[in-house]
Amino acid sequence: MCLAIPARIVELDEDRAVVDAMGNRWKAKTTLLPVVKLGDIVLVHAGFAISLVDEEEAKKTWELFAEIADFENTQNKVSG
Amino acid sequence: MTHPMTSEPQRILLAHGGGGQLMSRLIHERILPRFRNDTLSELADAACLTLPGREICFTTDSYVVKPLFFRGGDIGKLAVCGTVNDLAVSGAKPLVLSLGLIIEEGFELAVLDRILQSISDAAVSNGVSIVTGDTKTVERGSADGIFINTAGIGARLPNVELGLSKVQAGDMILVSGTIGDHGMTIVSQREGIRFESQLQSDCAGLAELTCRLFENVPGIRFMRDPTRGGLAATLNEIVEGSRLSVEVREAEIPVRPEVQAAADMLGFDVLNAANEGKFVAVVSAAAADECLGVCRSHPLGANARILGEIVPTRDLPLVEMRTKIGGRRIVQMPYGRELPRIC
Amino acid sequence: MLDRIDRARQTIQDACESVGRRITVMEVCGTHTVSIFRSGIRSILPEPVKLLSGPGCPVCVTDQGYIDAVMQLADRDDCLIATYGDMIRVPGSDGSLETRAVRGNVRVVLSSEDALQLARENPDKSVVFIAVGFETTAPATAVVVKEAAAEGIENFFVLSGHKLVLPAMRALLGGMNDRVDAFLCPGHVSVIIGSGAFAEIVENYKRPCVVAGFESVQIVEALAEICRQLAEGKAELKSLYGAVVTERGNLAAQRIIEECFDSADGYWRGLGRIAQSTLALRDPYRRFDAFQRFGVEDGPGRENPGCRCGEVLCGLIEPIECPLFASRCTPQAPIGPCMVSSEGTCSAWFKYGRRK
Repeated sequence: MCLAIPARIVELDEDRAVVDAMGNRWKAKTTLLPVVKLGDIVLVHAGFAISLVDEEEAKKTWELFAEIADFENTQNKVSG
Repeated sequence: MTHPMTSEPQRILLAHGGGGQLMSRLIHERILPRFRNDTLSELADAACLTLPGREICFTTDSYVVKPLFFRGGDIGKLAVCGTVNDLAVSGAKPLVLSLGLIIEEGFELAVLDRILQSISDAAVSNGVSIVTGDTKTVERGSADGIFINTAGIGARLPNVELGLSKVQAGDMILVSGTIGDHGMTIVSQREGIRFESQLQSDCAGLAELTCRLFENVPGIRFMRDPTRGGLAATLNEIVEGSRLSVEVREAEIPVRPEVQAAADMLGFDVLNAANEGKFVAVVSAAAADECLGVCRSHPLGANARILGEIVPTRDLPLVEMRTKIGGRRIVQMPYGRELPRIC
Repeated sequence: MLDRIDRARQTIQDACESVGRRITVMEVCGTHTVSIFRSGIRSILPEPVKLLSGPGCPVCVTDQGYIDAVMQLADRDDCLIATYGDMIRVPGSDGSLETRAVRGNVRVVLSSEDALQLARENPDKSVVFIAVGFETTAPATAVVVKEAAAEGIENFFVLSGHKLVLPAMRALLGGMNDRVDAFLCPGHVSVIIGSGAFAEIVENYKRPCVVAGFESVQIVEALAEICRQLAEGKAELKSLYGAVVTERGNLAAQRIIEECFDSADGYWRGLGRIAQSTLALRDPYRRFDAFQRFGVEDGPGRENPGCRCGEVLCGLIEPIECPLFASRCTPQAPIGPCMVSSEGTCSAWFKYGRRK
């Protein structure tokens, strides 16, 4: 499934990058985004960064992910 | 193949399984010292045991995981915890294990030592003894490095009657913690350096927690550890065995964000991913809160949740999930081998 | 999030009452198909709204001829097949890549770069990359073709099954299935070709086109926008995936596609032959074309009898209307690609929906 998560570029050497999403690090090629630089957030698909992602939007997506860890804080009891 | 300074082999030779000197040295120098107990030291053809009571549980499992070492564990730890957990969820206190090794010619002895040490450490922390074992070697190419089989015996706890026939509509379904950790860790390490992460297998023995539950809370109907096939497989097995149906709420399923992110990137479903330190339990509605409390008081159950309940079957027994947006969908039995997908 | 869903549902409800008849929306993106099923969106939509899955699953629309060409290559001793995971279980006329995998010459790759690396590591074999996918994946193929050319790699080949989304949409509206009121437009294809590419559908066919992301909230909000437009008698192009989709798209990706590929006529399962709808390698990269190198052909091929994937792909029938669905055709023993592909409609129906 081509569900891609916004990932931040944490290493960049020409068009070879390492991106980070939720602590997972991947190799990705930035050949299709020649203007990209270290620190940018991109959408990665099939090993290639295909689009820059707006920082605010990326944060919203990451927050949605972080929210799923909310289970640590909620009660989840049968009664009460 | 041999160390230049001594004639000590650094790798497994076929002769190590041959029943002669090399095998004897392997056992005495590498295996026995790590599993100190009187029964094993006798090196008899069989372990003669006196067990408490006549009601026992007996199980076996083989371990072929690849890679052999992963964050949070290795094949050795898995071989102990997996079998301990099969006994634990069956309502037994694990006592003794057998250890069968099939090792490929050429396997590094230093790596074998690491695995044996892991097995030893896991046995100690789970309170079980390795009382008998077997070592075989096979030609290069016949085994993927090492295969391990463990069989385990446990003493059945009193007044524990488990079974899918005991499950009733209205019972609650509980999971002891986050799902998908082991499966996604293994996959991420298989893809090699393309995917570095903080993912960690949840490999752990559950007997201390399950025994505490069984000893303190009546009304536990059924328990299973959701290994291959993940939570989805276990929920479907509950449905198939009881002929009742299941309703779970997606919002209650505990998943670590990095596990979910990894699954999304690779096209996997966390519901189908293996777990090696978790159990799913069906408990009476009256017992649910107490079970939750007992779980959460133990480090391995800190993230326990009630996922949903057993409901009467309408036309076909199935597992239905209420999604986060309030929709409904079915959770099917997984195919058997999740392939990494792209698009 | 739930309040956004509720608001969107209310908009849809109001629009349905205003429109007063069935509303048919088609999505043409495999990822949308799966997202919609996984979140159970259909179950929260009011009855008049019908969501159809169209030809958005690239594996599903691949014709039998291409699949059999893949099998022919996999049967060769001198070939190493590199493929995305989706293709492994697709049944050809005689078995699949999965059944052939025991021979050891089939490798699943996550990226076209992995396929090229296989070629570097196996100089004595011909590595054939099974390049399936829409405009989202075609640039990835083009990049490695250029790399192979620059490095002078002689043992890397591409069997291009890349397809273009717009010709399929035109073919649908031009006759295959003109009952579609509006389109939910693909998110990642739009990243590449730009949301503006769908303007012609709006102008020529007067159908609302809304580009949506893949979160369930985004999809429901896109449906609300579509229904609102229909209720107001409008047909507009809108993108609700502004975080990553621009009107013009990714120009570097478009350029590299143009540099390496020509559009050609091609066969689509279910839609038949569509003009200028597929991508074929062009000079100076034609020497990487596996069709040419190995003398295998594309073409309609013989589909498995009784298989109605084609009609499912056009949104003409739902999976349960196919007599093979869930009886002789299951994920364990699939007859057509719609059941085996992770994004296939039949697969999604089987996995996430009721079977009766």
